[in-house]
Amino acid sequence: MGMTMTQKILAAHAGLDKVEAGQLILVDLDRVLGNDITSPVAIREFEKLGATAVYDKDKVTMVMDHFAPNKDIKAAEQCKMCRSFCNEYDVTHFYDVGRMGIEHALLPEKGLVVSGDVVIGADSHTCTYGALGAFSTGVGSTDMACGMATGKAWFKVPSAIRFNLKGKLNPFVSGKDVILHIIGMIGVDGALYRSMEFAGEGVSALSVYDRLTISNMAIEAGAKNGIFPVDEQTLAYIAEHSDRAPVVYEADADAVYDETYEIDLSRIKSTVAFPHLPENTKTIDEVGEVKIDQVVIGSCTNGHYKDLAEAASILKGKKVADHVRAIIIPATQDIYLKAIENGLVKIFIEAGCVVSTPTCGPCLGGHMGILAAGERAVATTNRNFVGRMGHVTSEVYLASPAVAAASAIAGKIADPAKV
Amino acid sequence: MKFTGTVIKYGDNVDTDVIIPARHLNTIDVKELASHCMEDIDKDFHKKIKEGDIMVAGLNFGCGSSREHAPIAIKASGISLVIAKSFARIFYRNAINIGLAILECPEAAEAIENGHQVEADLDAGLITDLTTGAKFKTNPFPPFIQKMITNGGLVASIQKGDFC
Repeated sequence: MGMTMTQKILAAHAGLDKVEAGQLILVDLDRVLGNDITSPVAIREFEKLGATAVYDKDKVTMVMDHFAPNKDIKAAEQCKMCRSFCNEYDVTHFYDVGRMGIEHALLPEKGLVVSGDVVIGADSHTCTYGALGAFSTGVGSTDMACGMATGKAWFKVPSAIRFNLKGKLNPFVSGKDVILHIIGMIGVDGALYRSMEFAGEGVSALSVYDRLTISNMAIEAGAKNGIFPVDEQTLAYIAEHSDRAPVVYEADADAVYDETYEIDLSRIKSTVAFPHLPENTKTIDEVGEVKIDQVVIGSCTNGHYKDLAEAASILKGKKVADHVRAIIIPATQDIYLKAIENGLVKIFIEAGCVVSTPTCGPCLGGHMGILAAGERAVATTNRNFVGRMGHVTSEVYLASPAVAAASAIAGKIADPAKV
Repeated sequence: MKFTGTVIKYGDNVDTDVIIPARHLNTIDVKELASHCMEDIDKDFHKKIKEGDIMVAGLNFGCGSSREHAPIAIKASGISLVIAKSFARIFYRNAINIGLAILECPEAAEAIENGHQVEADLDAGLITDLTTGAKFKTNPFPPFIQKMITNGGLVASIQKGDFC
């Protein structure tokens, strides 16, 4: 019986020739990540351990993105704690305001993750890097602390669900619609404890950025990780961003999967997840009349340049509806700069949007766009739980950048093909 | 390890945003986190919980964010044990790592009602609804995890040189 792609990466990092689902293993970590809300708890645990050094100063990474630029005094204290820790332990990759971006957009951009890596992060969307053919998964602060100290983490080897992709996406449809479609199909615990492994000829029809969005939301189906095979596009992306050499793993031909789904990309429509779970999906022709108060385009899921460019192409020369507040959040400084240089920011501002510095901000109800009681937002973010973006009676509708931009103009959830 | 307590029951997909809303993640003070635990779906949670109470929930408990503040807030509020039909994986891992006892048992989570008295024996994997007398068997943790719980969590295991 062969191994899945995930199992092969884990076996190699555990020093084993073979692993099987259910086996408990100890693996070597290529990167240990934390942010400004999870790292303080990890630092407290790290100090309890009595550790005197981090296992590798180039592999521990902290990004101040959630409540930064500091939203209040307590947030400022948490960032200060991270800053002091990284100074004390000489951590190379500490990203503060001015250099930071939203972590899961920033790490690939900075070349800090390549194919074949094992990455843990004290942030659930750490699964994003599966798009580059790495094994990466979210953990808690204690795992981060122990990872920083030892360079190791324990895992139960996951079984996998395979998604065979074929065909290619239609105009105005993107990676966000693919992953919302899949979560709608299998549910928020449909891949619980398991890997989501994407395969098939359709992979090559998806850009690296579409894949990053899809892997990013694997956690919203409960998955441990969501991984793509490495192809020419992946290798070109890594060559452009990293000086490290990728290690390419492929699933064995006789690998066993719990289930296999066939997905025809050409049949996927723009998809919206209604409150209060990412599995409550409707296709754009089923949404009906949903009037909105706010639009957020950004986040680790959809704050890439490609996402902003798609939104700008729809907003160009148009106006945001009078009753809508449209907030655009480039995910990193490089994306922000490119958006300025290429005229995207001008398009957004002329349309009546506000453009923010990179931050997770409103995605988790932190700052920069909190909702009042009863308000509704269309957001390109990843969760629409009760109270996620503000008041407990507010509502978040998850959608692609194209749907979000079209909705900003229409003042209600709208089909980008019809605006 | 044995626990006895009064049950407070919730449904499926209780997510980390309702266990501890992100607006309170600007602190790592465990008492402050506990004071906001579950407030978005159960405003008076922290007032009505007594030390040792047992939380029972449905499928996918703790889904969403990786915030360890979620099991920390539950534990600090006085809950001794969480029994659910299933747990989201990061929450499951975090609970073990910080020493919050959890048990996955769909039958018990279905049958046990709010307010019942429950006894749970973690070593034997046995849950007893003292109110109805019903008993439920679940798989005890594998030795690997039991050792970590006995040591008092992952940090304590490393301190003891018991991890790697």
